[in-house]
Amino acid sequence: MTSTLPNRQLPSTDVDPFSPEVLEDPLPMQAALREAGPVVRLSRYGIYAMARYEQVHAALTDWQSFQSAAGVGLSNFRYEQPWRPPSLLLEADPPHHDAPRAVLSKILGPRALRTLRADWFADAEQLVDQVLAEHEFDAATQLAESFPLRVFPDAVGLPRQGRENLLPYGDFLFNAFGPANDLVERGRPHVAELSAWVDEQCRRANLEATGFGAAIWAAADRGDITHEQAPLVVRSLLSAGVDTTVHGLAAVLYAFATHPEQWQRLRREPGLARVAFDEAVRWQSPVQTFFRTATTDVDLAGTRIAEGEKVLMFLGAANRDPRAWHDPDVFDLSRDPSGHVGFGMGIHQCVGQHVARLEAEALLTALAHRVEHLELAQQPRRHHNNTLRAWHSLPLRVHRAP
Amino acid sequence: MAMESTPAGAATAIELRVAARTEVADGVVTLTLQHPRGKRLPDWAPGAHVDLTLPCGLTRQYSLCGNRWDAYTYRVGVLREADSRGGSAFIHDELTEGARVALGGPRNNFALVPSPRYVFIAGGIGITPLLPMIAQAEMVGADWRLLYGGRCRASMAFLDELHAYGDKVTVAPQDEDGLLDLSAWLPAPRQDTKVYCCGPGPLLDAVERRCADWPAGLLRTERFLAKDQTPVRSEAFEVELRRSGVSLTVPPDQSVLQAMNTAGVHVLSSCRQGLCGTCETTVLAGEPDHRDSILDDEERAHGDCLFPCVSRSCTDRLVLDL
Repeated sequence: MTSTLPNRQLPSTDVDPFSPEVLEDPLPMQAALREAGPVVRLSRYGIYAMARYEQVHAALTDWQSFQSAAGVGLSNFRYEQPWRPPSLLLEADPPHHDAPRAVLSKILGPRALRTLRADWFADAEQLVDQVLAEHEFDAATQLAESFPLRVFPDAVGLPRQGRENLLPYGDFLFNAFGPANDLVERGRPHVAELSAWVDEQCRRANLEATGFGAAIWAAADRGDITHEQAPLVVRSLLSAGVDTTVHGLAAVLYAFATHPEQWQRLRREPGLARVAFDEAVRWQSPVQTFFRTATTDVDLAGTRIAEGEKVLMFLGAANRDPRAWHDPDVFDLSRDPSGHVGFGMGIHQCVGQHVARLEAEALLTALAHRVEHLELAQQPRRHHNNTLRAWHSLPLRVHRAP
Repeated sequence: MAMESTPAGAATAIELRVAARTEVADGVVTLTLQHPRGKRLPDWAPGAHVDLTLPCGLTRQYSLCGNRWDAYTYRVGVLREADSRGGSAFIHDELTEGARVALGGPRNNFALVPSPRYVFIAGGIGITPLLPMIAQAEMVGADWRLLYGGRCRASMAFLDELHAYGDKVTVAPQDEDGLLDLSAWLPAPRQDTKVYCCGPGPLLDAVERRCADWPAGLLRTERFLAKDQTPVRSEAFEVELRRSGVSLTVPPDQSVLQAMNTAGVHVLSSCRQGLCGTCETTVLAGEPDHRDSILDDEERAHGDCLFPCVSRSCTDRLVLDL
């Protein structure tokens, strides 16, 4: 691998961030990368990595120097064929990124979500009442998966049939940002079928007349995006809107199960639900990593990154960088988690973040009213994914409030 | 320096420095604006405008007409209005290089939507929002043409920049060519052609009349209405957080978010540039001075919410539902 490094001291490591050991517990590797330097060479993949908050934040916001259109995974779309047509949001740069982003920002904006609020709070109460019929249950499947799958596809306007495809589709998508390892290979036999189903749901005829999906098509009728773009924008909802929130909700439930004093605090101050969710997103970082590609020779913290090189940004590591956060490993509702990069930052910052926060607020509020204490019933199990910090199971034991 | 990247430290309201002031045509100056400490400026797209609060206290809106691939510089073009209410006269007569102006936005009510063909029609200083649109149309390989009218050639800014586009640009000074020939430029509507028009009221009226029967969305215009808004204040103001029972003073060099943090009331935020919408807060009383990039004109007029990371107060006191 040749490069134009002016800096012969650039730290280098052969660690594989996508190995089963690291995916099981990425924290030691993240700490080592942060300590090694602001920019580190990952020799195994011939790419650069950043794990400190300052550099990750800088790369996320500097879309002029670090582009997304060459793919936000390891694969470089300049040379490699993407496994599906690239996303018009995640895998696009200005100017092409502008119109789809503007349309979706409005549809998923906090003001647009006000109409969903009462319904989602009622849905959360209903689900929680149902689940709390047992003292022990798997919160990963019964709450963290169930709740988004209950409210989000309805809000998009998807038909009931086939919704079970959403999670495996997302799992493959997020695996595919990594290298072609076992995780990707295991998903490959199903991907054609899953993709076909997802693409089919993006058609106007298959979407309810009200909902995010219909609103996207209406924007195409107004000419704000083209009719060719509309189905791909709908696809973004189905791609990025489910698995991410599922593992974000699991993260906050895990946080409370392991921090009982914080749960008591939330019960006393239910208004902290949104802060709690963002603090959990910081602390666990459901989306761990994204890549960018240098558009020009970029000098970053003394390292020359050559045009066309891939850069791996460790969002999860940045969110626990002691240079930026006091006691970063502590989950603490007293903290102001504002500014974490768990949703990214800059023009590509998660367009669905307000949807995720509303889901979390609804679920946590319902639980806080009903549950006095929650704890792990058994050791939870991680689900390995090349991008997501995910859960296979989260067995909880709860004590209902009198 | 380290503090600036520290997540918990909220940004103050953004102030820009006039890095250059250039006469570009009779009665037109451009201002080059930068962050006083050389930081990135908030992202924008063609059609966006900013609110600039001038040292004289007036707030005026100007389209961004620079290059957004340069994240550190804004450029605006300012016409000396014949019936100036003070803003353009101040910029022409008194604003010097090195002066500071406060920033609101950028906001975009005039976004360039994707299309294989565009027709751009500019009258006078209305060329400013169209300049970055043209650059973008050129970049994506769209088929475009510009009709640019003005009183006389000497009054028409940016002719040198436009010259590079060759015969895609038609320059039509009124004293040479008469009124713009809209019937030739706007024949029957075509689904594959978006028309963008910006300029003085009579030009916009004429274009809108001509396109009155067109399907919605094909013609897009921007009209800057001189609004008699309450002047923004540069002094401190009071904020009452009703539910918390806390009152605090927001000094000129702090954001509302920052002042609340100092007082121990934490509001979740993220971008701190008035872009993401995370810190949206309900306003119970008082009139917000909106400086975000999120609310449209109608939503601003409601005055029922604000984004405390950038927005301030027009009134002595704001009451928030916190």
